[in-house]
Amino acid sequence: MIKLEKVTKVYADGTKAVDGMSFEVDQGELCVFLGPSGCGKTTTMKMINRLIPITSGKIYIDGVDNTEMNASELRRNIGYAIQEIGLFTHMTVGQNIETVPVLRGWSKSRRRERAEELLELVRMKPSEFIDKYPNELSGGQRQRVGVARALGADPPILLMDEPFGAIDPINRVELQSEFLKIQQKIKKTIIFVTHDIYEAIKMGDRIALMKDGKLVQYDTPANLLYRPKDEFVEGFVGADRALKGLQLLRVKEVMTGTYTTAKMGEKTEVVRERMEKEGIDWLPVVDNSGRFTGGVSISDLTGGRAKTVKDVISPSEATSDVNAVLNEALSLMLSSGFKTLPIVDGNNRLEGILTFDAIQETLHEAVKTGGTK
Amino acid sequence: MRRWIVLVILLIVLVGLTVWTTSVGDIGIFHAFTYADIFTHTKDHLIMVFWAVLIAVIVGVPLGTLVTRPGFNRISPLVLGGANIGQSIPSLAIIAIMATLPFSLFFFDFGFNRETAIVALFIYGLLPIVRNSYASMSNIDPALIESARGMGMTRWQIIRKIELPLAMPVIMTGIRVSTVITVGTAELAVLVGGKGLGTITFTGVFAREVLLIIQGAAPTAFLAVSLGIILESIEKWITPRGMKIKVKNS
Repeated sequence: MIKLEKVTKVYADGTKAVDGMSFEVDQGELCVFLGPSGCGKTTTMKMINRLIPITSGKIYIDGVDNTEMNASELRRNIGYAIQEIGLFTHMTVGQNIETVPVLRGWSKSRRRERAEELLELVRMKPSEFIDKYPNELSGGQRQRVGVARALGADPPILLMDEPFGAIDPINRVELQSEFLKIQQKIKKTIIFVTHDIYEAIKMGDRIALMKDGKLVQYDTPANLLYRPKDEFVEGFVGADRALKGLQLLRVKEVMTGTYTTAKMGEKTEVVRERMEKEGIDWLPVVDNSGRFTGGVSISDLTGGRAKTVKDVISPSEATSDVNAVLNEALSLMLSSGFKTLPIVDGNNRLEGILTFDAIQETLHEAVKTGGTK
Repeated sequence: MRRWIVLVILLIVLVGLTVWTTSVGDIGIFHAFTYADIFTHTKDHLIMVFWAVLIAVIVGVPLGTLVTRPGFNRISPLVLGGANIGQSIPSLAIIAIMATLPFSLFFFDFGFNRETAIVALFIYGLLPIVRNSYASMSNIDPALIESARGMGMTRWQIIRKIELPLAMPVIMTGIRVSTVITVGTAELAVLVGGKGLGTITFTGVFAREVLLIIQGAAPTAFLAVSLGIILESIEKWITPRGMKIKVKNS
């Protein structure tokens, strides 16, 4: 989809910003350009849509040399979102999103429909926001509109330069997760520039790690973490790479699907016996249709006058789903204090449990074997 | 609100002065100008101001914009400095100098005529327009320009759709300031054969009749104030709504 061939950028003052960069980004892939500031990641990105002219080398988009296309035409086919967002303050949210469709001469009704669709996609109510002005929005909302605008005319390629960089950490994580969900739907070819290793690992299908204008390692996040090519990569990834691996794994890869449960109406002694036999101190409780309702720990079951599980159940709100990233699930476990996290589906039906031990084992295994599973 | 009350009172006083001086009839050994005279001179005055400001806008806005473009920013001190000098020369001197220019330009001859006065007024009114165009165009958030470029707008589209609308309020302020200055300066046009309300004022000056001076000065001040008000309303009206909203926190 995008192919860089010995791409080099030398500025007028002689600084070599990008030095013989060659790699390929496949269709539908989210490729993160990662590296310390001044490594040439933004310059490389801007050479793709020719905001910065290339000094030597070639960039092919769908097999066509990008310098052979009309620059404006080229850019209208490539969505563009930047950290500063750059929403046009004198235009409404709708008009902002319609920017490229207007340039392409879409009809008014088609543009409006598209703007509504995109607002829906970034989870902003069209009727509420389409006629608002950028200055009326919060930082996070503006960022969403920025993404929607980049997707305006449904371009196959998206360039994003630290799109969530100016957002506070809490909202950033949320926006990242939301954007990943969007990407699952739209499957664009995306270049995503960041200097944040966590963001890179979370977002990227592949990561292009750069240093001093050169490509150091172009690999999947797992390989970058567990099979660093040299000391620079290892240093950049950090000593806590095992922890960072938490971002790479999803709950479904680690959870236990077969598990013991307790029913609401069961006698406490029966349940206790079962727990003692299996050597576990906590059991999820389900109702008759398999919905998760809470948990019982062994200390609740010993002694007392309680007759059934119903009397001793402690309702739990800490649950996760199979698609959650492992570090989110772990953080939930740490904050709730449970060593076991029930995994439920959209209807609160229990699908499995995630235990501390399972997480530990998986991570240990990953570091040992270099992340191959 | 209080400002509006002051302005309205000022306008009423100016009209009152005009009516009073006109109704006196005989001023010393002179006759006061009639309403018809005042009307004609006001018309001439406005025509001069209109052309001078129009040309200043046509020249000033593109000039102020041009010097913000890459490649031209080296000449921006030159242009702004030039416009500054244009205004620091006393208006009377500019008008007098223009009248003595011995050559022709385009479709008219310099000399003692209205065209000369208009050119002089144009030079004098250029500065606020150039300066405000330059300031507003160079103050536009670079991120807006970058995202516009990144989305595939051409240079011309960026100017027309992004930069001009955003710069418009400040450019309009420049036009308003320029207009008000020009209305006052146009009093001097009569000295080079340009007519206008200066005809009345200077008759009074040469005849040493205060009432005649007032008869010319009061309508001029009225014009300046009321044009200022009108242009200010236009300014508010053309400011895009999105720019009037204060930025939300967070």
